This record gives sequence, structure tokens and C-alpha cells, in this order.
Amino acid sequence: MTDFLLELRSEEIPARMQAKARADLARLFAAELAHAGIAAGDLVTYATPRRLVLIARDLPVETAAVSEETKGPRTSAPPQALEGFLRKTGLRQDQLEDREGVWFAVVEKPGRKTADVLAEAIPAIVRAFPWPKSMRWGAASASTESLRWVRPLQGIVALFGETQVPFEIAGIASGATTLGHRFHHPGSITIRSAADYAEKLRDAHVIVDHDERARVIRDGATKLAADAGLELIEDEGLVAENAGLTEWPVPLLGRFDAAYLGVPPEVIQLTARVNQKYFVCRGKDGTLANAFVCTANIDAADGGAKIVDGNRKVLAARLSDAKFFYETDLKVPLDEQAGKLGQIVFHDKLGTVADKVERVAKLARWLVEEGVVKGADPALAERAARLAKADLVTGMVGEFPELQGLMGGYYAAAQGEDAAVAEAIRDHYKPVGQGDDVPTAPVTVAVSLADKLDTLVGFFAIEAFPTGSKDPFALRRAALAVIRLIIAKKLRFNIADGISEFYIRGWVMAALLDYAGKNKDLGLQAEDRNFHIENKNGKRVLYYGDTIVDVSLWPAGSSYDDRINLEGEFSSGLLLDFFADRLKVQQREAGVRHDLIDAVFALGGEDDLVRLLARVHALQAFVGTEDGANLLAGYKRAANILKKEAWEPAGALAKAREHGEFALSYTPEKEEAALIATLDSAAPAAASAVEREDFEAAMAALASLRAPIDAFFDKVTVNDADPDKRDARLALLARVRDAVHGVADFSRIEG
Amino acid sequence: MILTLHDYWSDRGCLVLQPYDMEMGAGTFHPATTLRALGPTPWNAAFVQPCRRPTDGRYGENPNRLQHYYQYQVVLKPSPADIQDIYLGSLAAIGIDFGTHDIRFVEDDWESPTLGAWGLGWEVWCDGMEVTQFTYFQQMGGFDCLPVAGELTYGLERLAMYIQNKDNVYDLAYNDAGVTYGDVFLENEREMSKWNFEVANTEALFDLFRKAAAECERCLKEKLPIPAYEQAIKASHVFNLLQARGVISVAERQAYIGRVRDLAKGSCQAWMEKNGWAA
Repeated sequence: MTDFLLELRSEEIPARMQAKARADLARLFAAELAHAGIAAGDLVTYATPRRLVLIARDLPVETAAVSEETKGPRTSAPPQALEGFLRKTGLRQDQLEDREGVWFAVVEKPGRKTADVLAEAIPAIVRAFPWPKSMRWGAASASTESLRWVRPLQGIVALFGETQVPFEIAGIASGATTLGHRFHHPGSITIRSAADYAEKLRDAHVIVDHDERARVIRDGATKLAADAGLELIEDEGLVAENAGLTEWPVPLLGRFDAAYLGVPPEVIQLTARVNQKYFVCRGKDGTLANAFVCTANIDAADGGAKIVDGNRKVLAARLSDAKFFYETDLKVPLDEQAGKLGQIVFHDKLGTVADKVERVAKLARWLVEEGVVKGADPALAERAARLAKADLVTGMVGEFPELQGLMGGYYAAAQGEDAAVAEAIRDHYKPVGQGDDVPTAPVTVAVSLADKLDTLVGFFAIEAFPTGSKDPFALRRAALAVIRLIIAKKLRFNIADGISEFYIRGWVMAALLDYAGKNKDLGLQAEDRNFHIENKNGKRVLYYGDTIVDVSLWPAGSSYDDRINLEGEFSSGLLLDFFADRLKVQQREAGVRHDLIDAVFALGGEDDLVRLLARVHALQAFVGTEDGANLLAGYKRAANILKKEAWEPAGALAKAREHGEFALSYTPEKEEAALIATLDSAAPAAASAVEREDFEAAMAALASLRAPIDAFFDKVTVNDADPDKRDARLALLARVRDAVHGVADFSRIEG
Repeated sequence: MILTLHDYWSDRGCLVLQPYDMEMGAGTFHPATTLRALGPTPWNAAFVQPCRRPTDGRYGENPNRLQHYYQYQVVLKPSPADIQDIYLGSLAAIGIDFGTHDIRFVEDDWESPTLGAWGLGWEVWCDGMEVTQFTYFQQMGGFDCLPVAGELTYGLERLAMYIQNKDNVYDLAYNDAGVTYGDVFLENEREMSKWNFEVANTEALFDLFRKAAAECERCLKEKLPIPAYEQAIKASHVFNLLQARGVISVAERQAYIGRVRDLAKGSCQAWMEKNGWAA
């Protein structure tokens, strides 16, 4: 058994690609070896900025001989079939074996030297390597066919035991020599085998193990901060990135001018991290300290004094820039910034960001006024919404887009806005991802909800639906955020009403504004309270005073014209389905069975998420019990019979059923009477429990049906020869089905 | 410093060229880079190029951001196998000591949407400061670079700050007689920042953009790639000025970039055709 060492040395590999490259190298190597019949076994991979390394331990020296059998045509088959088989296998007929009338080709493959396998496998791996981005270089790149690698490939070490595995890739011959640290060890070094590789490189100032470099950085930075009486703000992403940027990491602590601490700490941390890859520190009081830790790639002759000083200057320039933006931004009131949003297109068909803000402001206010979001001042909700996007045109957010919201919050607080407004501006994008906190402050919830609903309704109205993996406007995320807000705050909110109200208040008002602008002589005001919406024959109609506003009179070419169809209705169905899908995904991820969610959704007409989830959770608990499982079985049997008989209540029975009166023309059997009696009490009990939203009680009421149903099916013949009996019993089963459906559509439940 | 670089690169086979006499955002726009990166003919050149980036203006308030500064540019086609070592040699030549300074190659892929060009490479850090942009051109004007050229772009002011150990670009000594960089350029930065951000006549600029674009297309019809490319450079700079004035919305921005890219691509295409390289 022998160890194999492979080092692929190149110019600097981007830090972010190194971990995946290691995994890919191991995967491809194992696959190539498996192809040759060798189990790769224990693989170790390393990455530094300049090398990608694989060590495979305990490989056999030779592969085992294998016998490959291929089944061919029957000996009685036409000659063409035999000819084809001979062509395919490359054999002559006398080399085939006749086994019970079928030709077999048996090829004995002798074992191969593993070194030979490797010499073929490595070039194949290199040529097919899946770098996220790769390039051509040098004289060979006159052809587009030249080798592609992440950066120019410079050298290859390939040693099987102590023997070189000879091959060549794009003019680079494999060998046993490599380079050490770029500055600490300029000459070449010769590796004997996998066993001495790491140590030889360590002597040449290269720590090949990325985990060890990460440790050096993590521990070193932590200690430097502690020695300075500070606490390092941990950041594993930065540890990994710096480990990917160095072969000999040396953390160094420096200080920046405390005057910059006037800039918000998030800004300092962001610019230090993103632009310079520095750690930052907290003081004893928990606030950001004027210190940074950078990671050098050398043991400097002067102990790092010049390096720290250089990095300090760069950070100072960055912070100076941030300070410039911050102070410039502070001079401009947010209302003035918000005015510039009219120049930024939100979407071609949905107007500018200013248009969006107008809609969101109205919706946020409405959500509070209607009591959907409780405990907020409607004026503050509207105010926060009006300022929420203003920071998009500030210098700071222009420079660091990821600070959107946060900066608006700072600027709002600085200009003396109510604390709730500043907080809402800061947090209104939340929740952003699965793990992100859900805001709870009422004003924030109103703005966040309004913002996301506007986005969803807007893009659905222009039919820019997400498809497959494409969701360019992040609508799935927005829907999930809405769901999480509603659940977290237990908002009793009928989404369909919210949507149509939004649609009317937002777009119609915007359209009116547009209309009024173009028809000044009419004296229309978008905010004119004479406008109101009424339900008329189940449709929502816009009135001005007592007069129905005829949408068709609106000016042709009005930008909202084609989207407004008051006499019809906003097609909220698709959006509701979308919410349902998102909710299913979200609940599935939370461990709720999808068929139970379907069973509740199938009831239709439910868009109060809080109530819907209460029902789902009660159902989940119920079907887990023995009563639940048996009731489900009984229900299914009843439903199947009804389906098979295609039974619909005949006129008289239907009427009786409507009135709950089942005057039977015969004396029911004992089990039948028992079921009727139980149903007479259980059905209204379940219905009233549903009414009270006490779904546990509704389930308990249904559970009482279980024993009578079982007994009924055991003893009573539904398909009786007497048509009266048959009809009555089918009607009884229909009642059972309907009672169960009052709680959930059990036909959707699996099992 | 410039003379040292000239000597260094001249010794390594580069033609020492002069700056192009037009306003441009980067040395890459110099035809000695853009056009010469196309086609199979080897090309090695080094030159200084003044650059204008209107949006980078800071009214002379920032220690190292300027709306007008100087790049030193080296183009090596095809890229030599030891290009990193040669490059490091140039840093040593201008006085950077690798024993006390931390030199790093940090991923920074380059893409110029206005030139229809991209490449892979790094920003080279010296103690955390980007001193050079190092790029292997993969495409230029929408054409594959066959072969690939290596481009080195040094920020001269930043390097000088290092070597002179200054915190602020305006404190750099311009000569040994006490004249500073600030004496030469500070007022220029203040006034140009003011003009770029606040004063420039946007109507005239929009008009200029249209005229440059039209002239570029006229030149293309006449099969004159070099004048066409000059007009593309002009349009690009005017676009940058309009950006600084904040009169181009996000939506329009893409359209303007696309327009400039079409001009640059058209010029590159014409250049390829004129030289018989177009596929």
C-alpha cells in the first residue's frame, strides 16, 4: 500500500473558491480511481492561495485483474446481430463463449500499475475541473482550446510513494519540486513523498493546512485584542477568507483615529470587513473600539510596524470616505432625499420608487387604521413609510447598498423623528431570510407588511410571476416575510381584502392623481374623501359621491389605465395561491405534513393565516391519535361509497337534509340509529367549535363519530334492495362526510 | 518613480509610449491597450495615462480619492509565464522592501461593461492598499483575446504615498524644492469636483453624447476604426460626467452603458476586420 501526493501549484487562487476546489478535487479523484477499479479510501485535501493539494493514503500498487462479461445475441439470432456484437466487443467469433444458446464475450483485463492509472487520471481531472470562473493565459492562449484554470497553472508535484508519476498538462511536466513562501523562501524545494510534504513546506514558511492557518488567525487575533484590553468581534467568514489569502498568516493589531467612531459602528465594521478584511474589536463597555486586526502574509523584519502603519492609512482613507458620506447625508433632510426617489424607476410598469412609497404609505396607514396592526399610531406608520426608502439616494447607501434601512434609521433619528419611525425605517426590510428576526414593533410591522404586499401585488398585477428557479424580484421571499410577520404577530388579516383595499386605495388613488393632473378643470383631488368604494352585486365599485366613476372615461394612455378594472376585480386568486404555496413550503420546513395543509386549504375561502394554521395544527394532533386514524378510515369508506354510487341527494331528501330532518320510512337498525343520534349532536358541536375557532374541540366532536361509524359499516348494508333505505343511508353517509368537511377535507389526507 | 518604471519595463522589451490626449476613465481605454489587445500580434508597451473619474471627486477632502489621477500601465501580450515575478521586480525597483511590506494578490475580476471586456486577475495589495490592478484579458470589445494579454495598472499616487511615507496624497513631494502634489492639484480637485457634481451643463453634455455617438457611427461606416474608437472614448467620458451630475436614472443607466458598449464593440470589430482578424 502506497501514498499518493498531488500538488497543483498556480498563481493566487481566490480565497472564496478554495473550499469547493478541495471538495471537487477529492470527488473527481475518487471517481477516476473508482473507474479504474481502485477504492480511493482515505483522502486528505489542502488549499493555500497558491496550491491545491491531495494526499491519497494506502493505494494498492496495482489494480486487481478483472473479468468483464458481456451478454450478446442468441446463437440462433440472424448473422447481422452477431456481426454487430463482434464489432462492439472487437472480438472474433471463436473468442465468444456459447452458454446455453447465448453468445457471451468474456474479456480478461489484467491488473494495471496504479501509477499508470494516476498518470492518466490527473490530466483528465485537471482538464475537467469545475472552477466557477476559469481563464486562458500565455502564448498557448492564441488558441481557444488551450487549458483553462482558475489562474495560470505553474507546477505539478505527483509522487506515488517516492516515485514521480510522469505526465504533462499544457506543457507543464509533473515532478517533485515546488516553491515555498513567495517572499520568505524564494528558491525551489524538492519533496520526497506525501510523508514529508507538509513539513518541507512548513520549513519553507508555508502552512499547507487551511484549518491550521484559520486557527493561527482566530487565536492570534483573539489574543491580540485581549492583550490590548479589548474583545475581538468574532467573524468566522473573515477567518476563512484570511486563511485563503495567506500561506503564513500573522495577525497584527492596529489603531485608527478615534474621531472616526462618530460614524455608525455598522459602517466601520462593514468597510473594515468588506474592503480590507480586517477584524474589529469591542471595548469593555461593549461599544466599538478604535482598533482593527489585519492578517499579514509575512513575518516582517520590523515586527510588522510598517505593515500596521500602512493598513492604518488605508483604513483611515476608507473611514474618511465613510465619514464624508455620513456627514454629507446628514445635511440633507430625509424628506428632501425622498423627493429624489421620483427619478429612480422601481419597475417600468410599476412606476418610480416614489410611486411605490406613495402606495406603501397609504397601505401602512390603512393596516393600522383597520386594526390589522394594533398599537401603532397611523400617522407614524405613514410617516415611516414615506421616509423608509429615502436612504436609497444617500451617498452612504450608494457606496454600501447592504446598509439600506440601517442608514435611514440613523438619519431619521438624527433629524429628530419619533423613535418608532426611525426603528421602522431601520427594520422595514426585515425579515429578509429564513433566520432573520421578525420585527415586532407595531409601526415597523405595518411598514414592512405594506412594503412587501405592495411588491407582491404590483408584480402579480403585471404578471411578472416567479417561475421555476427564476424569481428576479424576490417575490417568494416577500411572501414568506409576509407569512412570518402575520404568524409572529398573530395578525388577523384577510389577505384578499387587504389586497383589494390596497389595490383601490393605492393604485386607484394614484390613477386618480394622474387623472386629476391631466384634467385640472375637473378639480379632482386624489385624496378627495368623496371617493369611496362600495360593494355592488358582489363587485367593488368606485363612487364619487353618489355617482359611479366610469373607468372607461379615464384618459387613454394613462399609465394605470390598463391595470385598472374596477368593474371586474383584481385577480387576487393567483396571489392567494402563491401565498398558499409559500405557506405550505414554510410549514413543511417546520415539520407539518403537506397533506394536512392541503386538507385545510382545500376548504377554500380561508385567507386568515392565523386561523388556518390553528386548524392545521389541531388536525396534525388529531390524525396522530387512534381516534383520528380510525375516523379517517371511516370517512374514506363513506366518501368512496358516495363516489362509487355517484350519489347525490334526490329532491325530497335534499330538502330534508337541509333542514336536518331525516324522517325515515322504516325503522332504522340499531347501529344506524346510533350513528344518526351521534351525528345529530356531533355535527352541530363541531360546527360551533369551528365557529369559535376552537379546533381541538371540533376534532373531539368528530372523534365521537368514530365508534358508531365502525359499527355502522360492520352491521348495516348501505346498498339495500329497498331504495328508500339505500337513499337514506347514502344521505347519512353524506352527512358524515359534510360534518367532517366542516373541519378539514379529509379526502386530502394520506393514509 | 516614473523614470524607474520606464527603465525597468523598457529593459524587458516594452515600448515606452506617451499618454493618450483624451479624457478617459482608465489606462485600459488607451488604444495601445484596447485595440492592441486584439489579434495575434505580440505587443509589449508601457505608458503613463492621466485618468478622470468624475464620481470619485471629493473636493480635495479625501486623503487618496481623486477625480483626476495618474495610472502607469503595462501591457504584455502574450502574458509571460513569469509575469508575476517580473511585476514584483518592478515593485522592488521602485523601492518596496518585501521584508517589511505585505504584498498580496487579492481576487479582483475585471469587467468593463462599456468596453464589452472582461478578464480575471487581482488587485495587488501593499499593506492593505491596492497599488496595482493585475488582469489577464479574456475578452475585449466582445472578442476573445487570442492570445491573452496581461495588463498591469499601477496607481502612481498611491505608490508614491508609500514610498514617501505620506498619509495624504496632497502632502506628496512633487520635487525636492518643496513643491507638493497639493500645490499642483488641490485647487484643481476642488474646482473640478464642483464642476463635475454641481455645475457642468447637462444639456450640453447630453448633446455631446449624442454627437459623439453619431460621429462614431459615421466613422464606422467609413471603415475608420481609430477615429470611431476615439468618439467612443469621448461618449464614455461624457456619460461619466452625466453620472456625476446625477441626471441619469438607474433605468437609463443601463441603456447608456449599452450604447457606449455598442460603439466600443463596433470600433473593435472594425479594427479586427481592417486587420483581417475577424472571424
